Amino acid sequence: MSEKIIDVRNVSKWYGAFRVLTDVNLTVEKGERIVICGPSGSGKSTLIRCFNRLEAHQQGDIVVNGITLHDRMRDVAEVRKNVGMVFQHFNLFPHMTVLMNCMVGPMWIKGVPEAEARKTALKFLERVRIPEQANKYPVQLSGGQQQRVAIARSLCMQPAVMLFDEPTSALDPEMVSEVLETMTSLAREGMTMVCVTHEMAFARAVADRVIFMNAGQIIEQGKPDDFFGNPQHERTKLFLSQILKH
Amino acid sequence: MLYPDTVESEVLVHKPWFVATLFVLVFAVFLAFDLTGTSMGELMRPVIGAPAESGFYGRFAIGLVIAVLFCLNIVLIGFASLRVQVTIVWFELLLLFLAFFTTFNLSLPFIAEKLPFMITQGLFTTIYVSAISIAIASIIAILGAVAKLSTNGFAYAIASFYTSFFRGLPLLMQVYLIYLGLPQLGFIIDAVPAGILALSLCYGAYMTEIFRSGIQSIDRGQWEASRSIGFGFGLTMRKIILPQALPVIIPPTGNQFISMLKDSSLVSVIGVWELMFLARTLGQKTFQHMEMLISAAMLYWVVSICLELIQSRIERHYARSKVR
Repeated sequence: MSEKIIDVRNVSKWYGAFRVLTDVNLTVEKGERIVICGPSGSGKSTLIRCFNRLEAHQQGDIVVNGITLHDRMRDVAEVRKNVGMVFQHFNLFPHMTVLMNCMVGPMWIKGVPEAEARKTALKFLERVRIPEQANKYPVQLSGGQQQRVAIARSLCMQPAVMLFDEPTSALDPEMVSEVLETMTSLAREGMTMVCVTHEMAFARAVADRVIFMNAGQIIEQGKPDDFFGNPQHERTKLFLSQILKH
Repeated sequence: MLYPDTVESEVLVHKPWFVATLFVLVFAVFLAFDLTGTSMGELMRPVIGAPAESGFYGRFAIGLVIAVLFCLNIVLIGFASLRVQVTIVWFELLLLFLAFFTTFNLSLPFIAEKLPFMITQGLFTTIYVSAISIAIASIIAILGAVAKLSTNGFAYAIASFYTSFFRGLPLLMQVYLIYLGLPQLGFIIDAVPAGILALSLCYGAYMTEIFRSGIQSIDRGQWEASRSIGFGFGLTMRKIILPQALPVIIPPTGNQFISMLKDSSLVSVIGVWELMFLARTLGQKTFQHMEMLISAAMLYWVVSICLELIQSRIERHYARSKVR
């Protein structure tokens, strides 16, 4: 019996009168790699932003790492400690060096001593292959390097699951591969991951399950081979034909 | 610095048409003013004879000399490097100002006699009243800004009422209201605390708006990144948002500091012995108003320059993480 990291049950969410998520059900098990894709506006980013409550859902339950997400700040903080998130626009702290970006989380949240936080930070910067940039400021790095720092920053918190919100869509084409390689190596090491991405080659190579969303609903999911080789739903076929045409 | 274009343009003050225009303008202006009665006329005595009787010829000659000197001056300055240019122009403008002040026939011994007291009593009081007010105003501003950005109705209402009220009344009236109004409620308040209270409340209101706009200028993604790591509101504010908002906040806040230094002169109306109060009273006995007013003006200016320098130093400090 494997352990559920994220359990989403009948979740719905509205922006005013507009329904962005409709009865979404999804479980993510420990060690599972999930790719969520779908046309823009389909609610995929909103969904994973609900997993660490950057967005609030109005109906249903989301249980992350055994804690049910609701309005209690203490529980939300506990969840965020164990969930790493990588954003489309990196969102590094521009007034801190790369090293400090990676150190502040463990130091201020977990009370890790500075020397130890530095060691951990350097270890993960090594892991994303940019230890030599440790003392630079984020603006001095390329987009790909910044995104890899953002991944290292999340890893320093030793999260139970990593969320990726379109991590490569703001990058130059040349830099996409270095970020994807980093993510692939993470996946190989058994990290639980949920990625919103349009990189279908990455999905095919890494994902255990691909989820397709449209208009706030999960309309199809399956193993990459089935999903890409034999899509069931008309909307999925259309989407895949559009995205794989090039 | 504005964006420096890479196209080299010719120096403006070396263009013949520009120099010629300036020459004509300056010449015309000095032709219109009769300077024969001044020390400039005395200097020109070898050329124009007795200044008082030189008439149009005297004015023509003086205007011509001044116009030639002026144009020569700017053409020569045009050759210097930027830093030298700035220094020379500052120095020349300062000289002109001093020349202007000497026309008042100020009594220097009188100034020398009163200046130490003006500094030890007046300037000292001005600076400590301003410094305490600035400190309190900054604290009010942070609290006010957070309240104005919060979703809590009470906090927002109180903060917006506060900024509206204290930005809406003249500072002079606030000084009177606090000094004369609070005793009516049973709080007897001294002049100095009343002045400090009025200044902090008034400037706190302005600075609330500055801090609010500074905080709002920070990208939403910074909040999201900080919160998703697990930082609470306080930590996010102190360590992530405010440090980034400071470079935006500092230039207008420096403005407020300088402005506060001079607006502290308004508390002189309730009898605080600060610089403005002394400037008005010390010269009264002997009718030497100008001496004291000009000395006080210079003291205000010197302290303002110090504040400007501090501000530019802080701005440079925060420019670090922006360098590529």
